[in-house]
Amino acid sequence: MNVELRHIHKHFGSVHANDDVSLTVAAGTIHGLLGENGAGKSTLVKILSGFITRDSGEIVLGGQPAHIQSPADALRYGIGMLHQDPLDFPPLTVIENFMAGSPATPALLNARAAERNFRALCRQFHFDLDPHARVSDLTVGERQQLEIVRLLANGAGTLILDEPTTGISATQKTLLFNALRQLAQEGKSIIFVSHKLEDVEALCDCVTVMRRGRVVGELNLRPYRANGQDAHGPTDQHFEVTARIVEMMFGKELALPVKPTTHQDDVILRLDGLLLRSDRLEMRIEHLAVRRGEVIGIAGLEGSGQQLFLLTCAGLEHPAAGSIHVDGRDLTRKPYSAFLKAGVCYLPADRLRDGLISGLSIQEHVALRMSNKGLFIDRAAAAQEAERAIATFNIRGRPDTAVEQLSGGNQQRTQLALMPSPLNVLLMEHPTRGLDIESTLWVWQQLIARCNQGTAILFASSDLDEIVQYSDRVIVFSGGRISPPIAAAELTADSLGQMIGGRF
Amino acid sequence: MESGQLLIILATAIASATPLVFACIGETITERAGVINLSAEGTIMLCAMVGFVAAKTADNVWLGFLAAAIVGALIALVVAYGAITLKQSQIAIGFVLALLCSDLSAYLGNPYVRIPGPTVPPRFAIPLLQDIPFIGPLFFHEGDVLVYAGYALVGVTWLYFYRTRGGLTLRAIGEQPAAAFARGHNVIALRYAYTVIGGVLMGIAGAAFSLDFKAGWSYRHTAGYGWIALAIVIFGGWNPLRAALGAYLFGVLQSLAGVAQSAIPDVPTQAFTVAPFVLMILALVLTSSDWLDRLLSYLPVNVRRSLARAIHTAPPAALGRPFEQD
Repeated sequence: MNVELRHIHKHFGSVHANDDVSLTVAAGTIHGLLGENGAGKSTLVKILSGFITRDSGEIVLGGQPAHIQSPADALRYGIGMLHQDPLDFPPLTVIENFMAGSPATPALLNARAAERNFRALCRQFHFDLDPHARVSDLTVGERQQLEIVRLLANGAGTLILDEPTTGISATQKTLLFNALRQLAQEGKSIIFVSHKLEDVEALCDCVTVMRRGRVVGELNLRPYRANGQDAHGPTDQHFEVTARIVEMMFGKELALPVKPTTHQDDVILRLDGLLLRSDRLEMRIEHLAVRRGEVIGIAGLEGSGQQLFLLTCAGLEHPAAGSIHVDGRDLTRKPYSAFLKAGVCYLPADRLRDGLISGLSIQEHVALRMSNKGLFIDRAAAAQEAERAIATFNIRGRPDTAVEQLSGGNQQRTQLALMPSPLNVLLMEHPTRGLDIESTLWVWQQLIARCNQGTAILFASSDLDEIVQYSDRVIVFSGGRISPPIAAAELTADSLGQMIGGRF
Repeated sequence: MESGQLLIILATAIASATPLVFACIGETITERAGVINLSAEGTIMLCAMVGFVAAKTADNVWLGFLAAAIVGALIALVVAYGAITLKQSQIAIGFVLALLCSDLSAYLGNPYVRIPGPTVPPRFAIPLLQDIPFIGPLFFHEGDVLVYAGYALVGVTWLYFYRTRGGLTLRAIGEQPAAAFARGHNVIALRYAYTVIGGVLMGIAGAAFSLDFKAGWSYRHTAGYGWIALAIVIFGGWNPLRAALGAYLFGVLQSLAGVAQSAIPDVPTQAFTVAPFVLMILALVLTSSDWLDRLLSYLPVNVRRSLARAIHTAPPAALGRPFEQD
């Protein structure tokens, strides 16, 4: 069935999550929907699957306008969605999950018939699932397989997958891709939502790229695939298509660097032969020396290992091999407290989850940070300190305002206000995500002031403009590899795009 | 004591647990749907009073049950409205209602204290079943129509939970309402329905006290039973069979306390009134602790798996949390 979304608009408060988005998916194709976090992909597919009601716009299925206001409506049109976090019932068994909510399930359960049907479908896709296992004992990949089989049993003709390759093993990914190809061949429409370029390239016939709530480009991948399929390793064609997609994702023109020179001569952070390992990634950095006052921007598609790298530098994860020196001292495999003492500070991307404590006020955050040996909080001092922080950091809030009531910009200001001083190394993820322009400029003013005092900053961002504007040097993470540092002034949109695509 | 006599005592004890069985099954159904009806104590007490008064006024014991069921449903409706529609704390709503309804029963029921009223028709044995050795005299000899209805309720609830589409959906909305919604179910309507059904059963439990097993009405006539029902549901792992077992066990403990009291008259009576509650909590804690796991590890794998599943029960994941639809 051809699926068409026409001029979809959706607002969440002041955020325009989908701004005049149109998308056409032909029957029998796998259509990739690519974009960074917050680009509006999930919103769009949730509108199609009835989870979110659109503000305006039209959904046309097989040439007929469709009225989709709830998941039940979407199911009637044969639209099934695999959510990023599997929406199933963990304490129930696989077969119970398979039967739950299926129109084919009779009022008196017939587990045997359902099991026959289930096993047949599993065989078709080479899924190895035990019908009597509990879903809570399954891996994410297996739960996905269960959902696919279930949706197909319910007659889904259009399958939406939201970030399906996050958290599954390589084997499971191969199985998933094969199943999806098989389904496309049967004439089903598949929408594959992802922020992973390599997955989209490997699987999709066509890709639509979204950025900041809009569609910024579309590309037919079939002509590239037809030639390159048998080739081993990436070909020039592969790089060409990658470069074009990256260009769509990040834009053609880069902003100019605006950061004044702040670096001094002495090295504050030195990494040697660092080997980082997680469940799905293995990365190596031969040598990186960061000087006082220097800013290193970390570019790359999200989830390429930037977080693991920052966590390792912060002492929150230990490297598999190699050494970390801060200010000349060897901190390899030392506890987090040693990193803190050495003046290392980490500001996570999720401010409310990892950075600040919901429910506590600004003043209480200040009090938490103050070194206080006694039993009681020195309320007067904390209040005074909070007032001072609010004034210097221009936080729109009162000392007794709970942090979750602050806007994103003011939360980030609060985090900055809570940073210790002096500070040697500052590690940040998406320092200005979700902030307006004024707050962004202000945050960077503060950060550059820190650089002048000798703090080195390493930050990851999905905003390439931010990286080029504020970094001295840039390193790029791509598919488990880390590029050597390159001076920001020497970067072009083209060269950066190619590096993000893996060519360096 | 000869064994025939003991059998009769046990059989009476099992029968007397019937109101608690109704209450536990009702609460289990409600909680499985994801709503905690913490008002059980108040609901049972108020419904006991209403049931007695209605039956007395109409001189029809069944009209008493009907009135109690309606009042139970209405209280549950208040819980449902506050918990599901207003998305307020289910604990707070239930607790306030528990206190309010108990006091209301004392106030409204005052004119009816300690007067005779109609009761459920006398006990009868079930033909054929009563002849089964041991089981027959224990379960099918000393009961009245409510006792046998209690057995049926447990069986039917279990079948509904685990053998029907409706039961599967019920378990689903208490675990992951978002996933149930994704599959096209009306989570809100279903939660309302199951909360009200639970309330009806609690209402019947109340009337079962005042019209049958603890006939009559007095100040705080059923005190304590609502709370013990809530505890039994939790330790029963939200499984109707285990909850019913817990209820019957409580009945047996209570009657044993009665026997013990007459055997050792030196101990104050209060100790024996309280003992079943304490013993019940102890028994429940023991069965839900991990020493059972250690015992299980000696069993063959396939037996162990099914037994472990019967023993390991987590609360419905969405219990007490309102369902937010985007």
